[in-house]
Amino acid sequence: MTAKPTVNVSSSGSSTALRGPAKLEVKDFDLFYGSFQALKKVSMQVTERRITALIGPSGCGKSTLLRAMNRMNDLIPSVRTTGEIVLDGKNIYAPATDVEALRKRVGMVFQRPNPFPLSVFDNVAYGPRAHGLRNRAGLRDVVEKSLRSVDLWDTLKDDLDDDALTLSGEQQQRLCIARLVAVEPEVLLMDEPCSALDPIATMKVEELMQKLVEQYTIVIVTHNMQQAARVSQDTGFMLLGDLVEFGLTERIFTRPTEKKTEDYISGRYG
Amino acid sequence: MKDRVIEKALLLAALSAIGILALITIFIFREGLPVVFSKGPGEFLTGTVWQPSRGHYGLVPMIVGSAIVTFGALIIGVPLGLACAVVLAEMAPPRARKILKPTIELLAGIPSVVYGFIGMMILVPWIRNNPALGGTGSSALAASIILGIMILPTIIGISIDAIEAVPRSYREGSRALGATEWQTITGVVIPAARSGIVAGVILGMGRAVGETMAVIMVAGNSVQIPDSILKPVRTLTANIALEMSYASGQHEQALFATAIVLFIIIMLLNSLAGLARRKKKRKRKLKGDPAGGVEVA
Repeated sequence: MTAKPTVNVSSSGSSTALRGPAKLEVKDFDLFYGSFQALKKVSMQVTERRITALIGPSGCGKSTLLRAMNRMNDLIPSVRTTGEIVLDGKNIYAPATDVEALRKRVGMVFQRPNPFPLSVFDNVAYGPRAHGLRNRAGLRDVVEKSLRSVDLWDTLKDDLDDDALTLSGEQQQRLCIARLVAVEPEVLLMDEPCSALDPIATMKVEELMQKLVEQYTIVIVTHNMQQAARVSQDTGFMLLGDLVEFGLTERIFTRPTEKKTEDYISGRYG
Repeated sequence: MKDRVIEKALLLAALSAIGILALITIFIFREGLPVVFSKGPGEFLTGTVWQPSRGHYGLVPMIVGSAIVTFGALIIGVPLGLACAVVLAEMAPPRARKILKPTIELLAGIPSVVYGFIGMMILVPWIRNNPALGGTGSSALAASIILGIMILPTIIGISIDAIEAVPRSYREGSRALGATEWQTITGVVIPAARSGIVAGVILGMGRAVGETMAVIMVAGNSVQIPDSILKPVRTLTANIALEMSYASGQHEQALFATAIVLFIIIMLLNSLAGLARRKKKRKRKLKGDPAGGVEVA
């Protein structure tokens, strides 16, 4: 890696019109862990009510980019950023940003299902409670609605008091998505949400994503290229902190313009 | 060959340690049980008069005294200790934690007579001269405060370990929902660390029940069921320590019976602490406010 490759951001050109408005726009974004640069002048656009996939080998910065989108990286002390990430026209890295309010709008699902060691009900009610919803009936409605949206309500409606850690891996991940949906976010960030699940559970979560995207904007990080090809409309390929290529999923997987992208999707990288 | 010798030697050391403990236990029970049976367990556990010279061996004033100072110590020690553990484990910069955590552990190493001395010289006169408090100063209140401070290292140390053992993924999950740091601590971290915290509290309680020297120095030690926390109290441990030098015969046996009561209380507390720790892995249900549910008595 010597010269910085020219980033092919097809979204910044004429195809923007095809896509509809940008929900989230990354502009010349750099991110450093101490002196290590994890993201290098990344620019891309996440379009409303579409699934955008980020692919690339381990350590390429795709999860870092995802976590930059709701400032989860703030929790790591040595992180420094330049550039902008714009959500609905506002730079989320502007000094006055209310980070809690941002994370309520841009929520995250993690690689390993991480339900809290609380009951199913308290897991889903956690976010609404944190944002001030106190009354029991209101919470019940939110819990039911959220569990319904991830198709868990019928299975769990009689077991809402069970410890969430007793659920299966797939159910736990669904519960984590329900927990997120309960705070009514606008963007769902998913960091390899299926990597801890078996193929059938993966398929079901992918179906769920297709359902959720009717209402939400989704960004998914995955090391599974088939998954990216199956679920997303836009794909970005990252390598060593660079966004090498970004465009329609169909085009990236059939006619990549960058040699590195082609090498990766044809299996010549790890 | 050499390995086998070392192995046997270690086994012998381990067995003799257990053996000594077993002997102590047997000895206490052998010395204490006869008088319990000749007077009847009811006399000890429900009698309110302790007059060895007249053959009255009611332990109720001492049991109440121990309960009051222990409970008082918990009221002071648990909120302080928990708050301190949360700050050290979650909020303090790593450098401050590096200095403060060993410092707090050092507190546990200060001999109890030193705590008692400070209590006697500073706390007791302060209570006596304070117009809102008054009395002689040597009181359940003074003992509670001293014990509350003495159990802090236990509660803080074990709570910090429990809080640090909470997986980062819980914290991230909570923050990713837009919860603040504080909401994350009260909503997820403390509930997740709850069983460890409870174990720390119970062990601290055991320490409070068993503490002798510092309590004798500040509690006043008169045998009575106090009607106020400003009145003197005598604890079970103090009862043994104060009278052992001149007791003989049945009186001496009654002190051993006091030891049996103490022994059983401490055993119960320790097994409760072990249970609380083990419960962590098992299925359990947590509801509502995580702050509650620490009292175990």
